[in-house]
Amino acid sequence: MTPDLECLNLVKKFGATTAVDNVSFDVPPGSFFSILGPSGCGKTTIMRMIAGFLDPSSGDIKIRDRSVLNTPPNKRPVNMVFQHLALFPMMTIAENIGYGLRRNGLPKPEIARKVDEALERIGLPGIGNRKVDELSGGQKQRVAIARCMVLEPDVLLLDEPLGALDLKLRERMKVELKALQAAFDTTFVYITHDQSEALVMSDQIAVMNHGRFEQIGTGRELYYRPDSAFVAGFVGDSNRWAGEITRVDGDGLEIRTDSGLLLRGASHGRVLSVGEKAQIFVRPEAIRIAHDAGELDHFDNRMTGRVTSLLFNGAASRIIVQDPEGREEIEVNLPQSGEFAGLARGAEVQIGWSGAQGNCFAAGGH
Amino acid sequence: MKHVASAVCSALTIAFVCGTTPASADTLRLLTWGGYAPENVVAKFEAETGHTVEVTKSNNEEMIAKLRATGGGGFDLAQPSQDRIAGPQAEFGIYKPIDLSKIDSAQFITSMLEATKANTTVGGEIYGVPHVWGTSGLVVDTKKAPSVKDYTDLCNAEVAGKVSYRLKRPTLIGFAFAMGLDPFAAYGDEAAYKAVMDKVEAKLVDCKPNVKTYWGGGDELMGLLRSGEIVASMAWDTGGWKLNADMPDITFVAPASGALGWVDTFVLPAKGRADDAAYAWINFVMQPEIAAMITEAAGNFTASKGADAFADEALKVRYQASFPAEALDNIKWYPPVPAGLEAIEGGVLDRVKAAK
Amino acid sequence: MRTQAKLGLFLLLSPLLLWLTLLILIPHVDMLLVSLRERIGVGQYQTSLANYFTFFSEPLYLRTFVRTAVMSIMATAITLLIAFPVSYYIAKMARGRVRSALFLLCLVPFWVSELVRTFGWMILLRETGVISKLLQYLNLTDGPVELLYNDAAIMVGLVYTSMLFMVVPLVTTLESLPDEVIEAGYDLGGNGLSVLREIVIPHAMPGIVSGCIVVFMLSLGNYLTPTMLGGKDSLWFTELIYSQFIVRFNWELGAAFGFMLLILSSTIVWGMLKLTGQSLEKTMG
Repeated sequence: MTPDLECLNLVKKFGATTAVDNVSFDVPPGSFFSILGPSGCGKTTIMRMIAGFLDPSSGDIKIRDRSVLNTPPNKRPVNMVFQHLALFPMMTIAENIGYGLRRNGLPKPEIARKVDEALERIGLPGIGNRKVDELSGGQKQRVAIARCMVLEPDVLLLDEPLGALDLKLRERMKVELKALQAAFDTTFVYITHDQSEALVMSDQIAVMNHGRFEQIGTGRELYYRPDSAFVAGFVGDSNRWAGEITRVDGDGLEIRTDSGLLLRGASHGRVLSVGEKAQIFVRPEAIRIAHDAGELDHFDNRMTGRVTSLLFNGAASRIIVQDPEGREEIEVNLPQSGEFAGLARGAEVQIGWSGAQGNCFAAGGH
Repeated sequence: MKHVASAVCSALTIAFVCGTTPASADTLRLLTWGGYAPENVVAKFEAETGHTVEVTKSNNEEMIAKLRATGGGGFDLAQPSQDRIAGPQAEFGIYKPIDLSKIDSAQFITSMLEATKANTTVGGEIYGVPHVWGTSGLVVDTKKAPSVKDYTDLCNAEVAGKVSYRLKRPTLIGFAFAMGLDPFAAYGDEAAYKAVMDKVEAKLVDCKPNVKTYWGGGDELMGLLRSGEIVASMAWDTGGWKLNADMPDITFVAPASGALGWVDTFVLPAKGRADDAAYAWINFVMQPEIAAMITEAAGNFTASKGADAFADEALKVRYQASFPAEALDNIKWYPPVPAGLEAIEGGVLDRVKAAK
Repeated sequence: MRTQAKLGLFLLLSPLLLWLTLLILIPHVDMLLVSLRERIGVGQYQTSLANYFTFFSEPLYLRTFVRTAVMSIMATAITLLIAFPVSYYIAKMARGRVRSALFLLCLVPFWVSELVRTFGWMILLRETGVISKLLQYLNLTDGPVELLYNDAAIMVGLVYTSMLFMVVPLVTTLESLPDEVIEAGYDLGGNGLSVLREIVIPHAMPGIVSGCIVVFMLSLGNYLTPTMLGGKDSLWFTELIYSQFIVRFNWELGAAFGFMLLILSSTIVWGMLKLTGQSLEKTMG
């Protein structure tokens, strides 16, 4: 199947700085593709090149197998939902949605019909005569998407459109966006710095850093099998230690952290050798907690520690445990069963995790 | 609009000031023409009398407008031309009579003093004494425009596009004389005056294509003549003499029909507060040596008896060249303008300005 | 409590009210009264509408009146046409230093008085002036050319004098238009012209209208520029007012003229607001 959007060796330089450094990816039709990265990583630059507001320094952008490099933004079969939505404040909602159709020279009755259809689709029928500033944040969001979708673009670009919303609404809009994407059955390319938005909505996510893609994969792959230290650190929470490899045994290995703690980890196919500096990432939810050391016998990392902090956050409550020698602090998720709800500061607990959960990467990367 | 507002503002300010501070006799607020109160004279006066002088430079119309706005306040001594005293005084009452006993009449050229007194008498009171006099006529580049001998010659074809004049009443009067009419004789009869003005209007409308522009201020005229953009213009005698000093071809020419003579006077505004200082100033500047200093600055002679002896020789030469004896006798002195004539003249000037 | 607050407000406002009354209201009332006076003899006046009658019965005054209004509207339109691209460039395209420099360039002419500015134009345009000399030097003309003393020179002067007052409100409103809204206009299929027409201009409308009002009023009330640059054919309404007040001593007619000018400008501004569907509050607020 031809991908809806294909970027080939895309490079963008601004003077001496390279904002986008040789990025290639393709997005299959009807999928939700996210580019996730910290601010300044170059994701907005990619998006603006796809939309046509910037010309790449080199490389190619193809939509449905046709290069669009020489197509101006108003002729590209791509539309964009802007960060602050960019609804036209001087027009009504219906005029906003009909804007693109008017530009395409559609007859008036057809525009009216399509606008009504679009409003129906986003669940806001009958608001066509309202002014933009009479709508709530979520409604504006939907209008912004509808305004693009009436043009039936091959690809819809979304530039952190949830950034300006409050938390509750953002959570709801994530679900709604995904639903809208399914309803319109259009390819979405979504950029964000918020990993949870990317993880919840996307079929595929590209993690971007310093102008390069670190890894492309599903949310699950990124979360459990990060390819790089950056991805491991950026996607989800992790305990992270730096140290030196002391033993390699197939996929498993042993690492001594800078503070002297000896941990077992896994290389998951990456080449690491004894004596090499490395980083180890362990997710807080991978660590088990027990009152009795015997329950943790099957883990190859075990230790006794003292609770130094309790971070209550409902289902995502955590504790911070200090190892016996007081060298490291380890974040541990509390089981949701409520079994450890009575834990107090200073209490002694047993923790343990499997070495396979300790992702190791050679240090010196990012 | 602006003018009324500012007039009212200044009236208010003055009302406040007058109401709150006792009149102090040692500041003389002088409303005069450029050159009539040169700095050296002011300094000398201040040193001798202890009064201080505030000079405001203006022209006839603005002087009267300013005094009218304040009902004759804001200044202690003003210097309008002698023909612009009786009319405005009758109409607006902006001056107060002059106490001739406080003036040293011996310093004045007697004939001029008497003529001015006669012209500025309203209701038996005398309102003005003469100070500086001069004429207006033509300033001509005698090489490039030898044919210009009278006002109407400005309409000659060979100077087309190279002449200028002011769109003000002296032009109307000058053209009337050059056309063989006598506007002064018609002063007392509005209908007759209107008939004279109608003829002048027709002439000026005909003449308009010949005119490069109507000049508004002395500096503008000097620029036009100096650059050679115009070769002949109606102007004051001093302007011609000043240019003559730098450019020998250009000089003041007394028109064949007669130069128009004016006398600028001293008058006391109705609400002036420093009459003593005003009289002191008049007596001071009429001394022959001081009058010569003013002639030096203004370029015109004064009514001071004996000041000629102190005047600059070059100026006297230029004066004599412009005014042979018969031209001097031919000077038409402005009689007082009866109130109301300005309206007739105004209509003429507006229509000339609007003509294509 | 309520009355106290009201009293407080009144006391706070009283200096301003006093100021407005003394400087704006009273002079206008005074002018209205003067305009309703007719001179019937030396120092004798009676109340009548004679001055207004004179205004309407003299074609010259009406012609000057209409001419002033038409020329002012033209000057406003030309100023807008020139200022809009300039403002758009300053607000949307120029960055950092270039931007401040451009803004400064618009401001520089206002560091000198209007008189000096007008003299500057006279030096450029006159027969022996810079442009004429340059044309002769380049052999583009045989003799000196007079560029001064015509309507075009008045227009140049008016537009030049008004530029800043159009640029400032335009830059302010254009700056408040987010770049992404313009980009959205293109992204959804608009071309330069339609984005300008449907997005940029509607957004800038309050700025356009307030700029136009200011420029129009400035042009209408300008005295120096038309008289100095227009020369013998200037014929500007303020000139008539000036000559009635100062030269003719006819304050009564001058005041009537002044009131007509006030009515004219108010009517045209009101019409302009109606036409563009803007309100004064929206434009000035």
